[in-house]
Amino acid sequence: MRPDEALDRIFRQEHGLVLASLVRFFQDLDLAEESLQDAVTTALRSWTVDGIPDHPAGWLLTVARRKGIDQLRRRKNLARVTSLLRAAEVHADVERDEEDAVPDERLRLMFTCCHPALPMEAQVALTLRTLGGLTTAEIARAFLATETTMYQRITRAKRKIATAGIRYTVPSEPAQLAERLEAVLAVIYLIFNEGYSGSSGTALVRIDLCQEAIRLAEIVAGLLPEEPEPAGLASLLCLIESRRPARLDSDGDLVLLEDQDRSLWNLQMINRGRGWLQRAQSRSQTQGPYLLQARIAAIHADATTADATDWRSIVSLYEELVDIRPTPVVALNHAVAVAMWQGADLGLLLMESLAESLNTYQPFHAARGELAARAGRFGDAVVSLQRAVELSANEVETRHLQRRLQAVIRLDRADQISR
Amino acid sequence: MQYMLLIYEDEAAEAGLSEEERESSIARHIDLARRLRSENRLLAADPLQPAVTATCVRVENGRVVMTDGPYAETKEQLAGFYLVEAADLDQALADAAAIPSAARGVIEVRPILDLQA
Repeated sequence: MRPDEALDRIFRQEHGLVLASLVRFFQDLDLAEESLQDAVTTALRSWTVDGIPDHPAGWLLTVARRKGIDQLRRRKNLARVTSLLRAAEVHADVERDEEDAVPDERLRLMFTCCHPALPMEAQVALTLRTLGGLTTAEIARAFLATETTMYQRITRAKRKIATAGIRYTVPSEPAQLAERLEAVLAVIYLIFNEGYSGSSGTALVRIDLCQEAIRLAEIVAGLLPEEPEPAGLASLLCLIESRRPARLDSDGDLVLLEDQDRSLWNLQMINRGRGWLQRAQSRSQTQGPYLLQARIAAIHADATTADATDWRSIVSLYEELVDIRPTPVVALNHAVAVAMWQGADLGLLLMESLAESLNTYQPFHAARGELAARAGRFGDAVVSLQRAVELSANEVETRHLQRRLQAVIRLDRADQISR
Repeated sequence: MQYMLLIYEDEAAEAGLSEEERESSIARHIDLARRLRSENRLLAADPLQPAVTATCVRVENGRVVMTDGPYAETKEQLAGFYLVEAADLDQALADAAAIPSAARGVIEVRPILDLQA
């Protein structure tokens, strides 16, 4: 690895940790970002000469604090400077005691970035920018937005945080924590989803988003060890990610879960997901939506072949999920699981009631088409798959659906001839 | 920090409330105001007369131009306000959610621009 690559990696790795600590120190996201940028510039010069320090994060934090205080001095904000210098002394004592340990303030920053008073796209962008250390250009590329749009989105959100009085804090009241934690986890899940099956961005950037989401989920799970849902989400994301190598065939076409070559699944990722699942389950008896989905994903991971899948357990987990999240999409997943366990006809019957609410939801029509084909109702299958193709916004998906549609049309014709 | 909590309501729907519903809504406004005052956080609060009583004023080329009615002809109209002191946005948002009109209309929460800061 070239030295600048090594530095890049360190900066990426330590970015969120150091920035969060600086935000806590300065109570000002812009100043924190500027001073960290200054410290990184200094580090690039100094580290290539003197080598990388033992505690790069601690080094960056100390230098950035000094840079930020200098900045305030230049702005003649002397009252702030005095109070910060006093705080810096206190911090310096702590550091000496704890061997340059950087206090982990990332959770506060995460709750701020994912504050529901900010628009969802801004929550996602800010989180990737501050905690993930992605540049505005990288985020813009990942979401197929122009850099100007993304820059404005981030700037506007930062201004709202500063002027509307959004605090850098983790809610202390349990009810509020639960609600806000849900928002944080939703942002992470969305980042992952965009990376895994998103309709935008190049393949390479998408993988980055998945890894970033897993990292963020693991940070939250590590920092909120009493809460089962962050660990549940970390587990779920690892388990889904483990199937990535089998998800596309050599032509780049989508391979359905049951047709995937399971020997390609990433075992290391599966074990990482199982580890988080264990931790989540040891933490609490309550079953949140992410934990339940992680348990379902783990059952898939346990099955060496699609036929060996324990569909009965999956159905009962989906029933629990429907109880706490009675949404049409969850009901659809439940219906598919029932079809796998007790036959396509029963699954199709359960889907009937969802037809109206999921009329514009592509996966609904794709699933209905598949099940209808399996039940030998080829005419219905053709109609559903055609609708799915119409609704598909993703090139890989469209290709897959087209292929299925052609196959079913052939079956339909053969069926009509034989009759 | 100070926040303005602007109450928007559908006046037609409000007029359709039963006597019981109206009384319970007023009682909850009074409770909220009392609580905010006891916490020393209530700076002002008042309901407004209906939007038909509104007049919009603008000065064009030095001439005062008046139009009858509210600024925006929307289903929901500005119906009242609370001006509160809050530690941060979260507290102001919680105050807004405690306003009974939040269950029927919508509360817009706006931080006051502090000219002294």
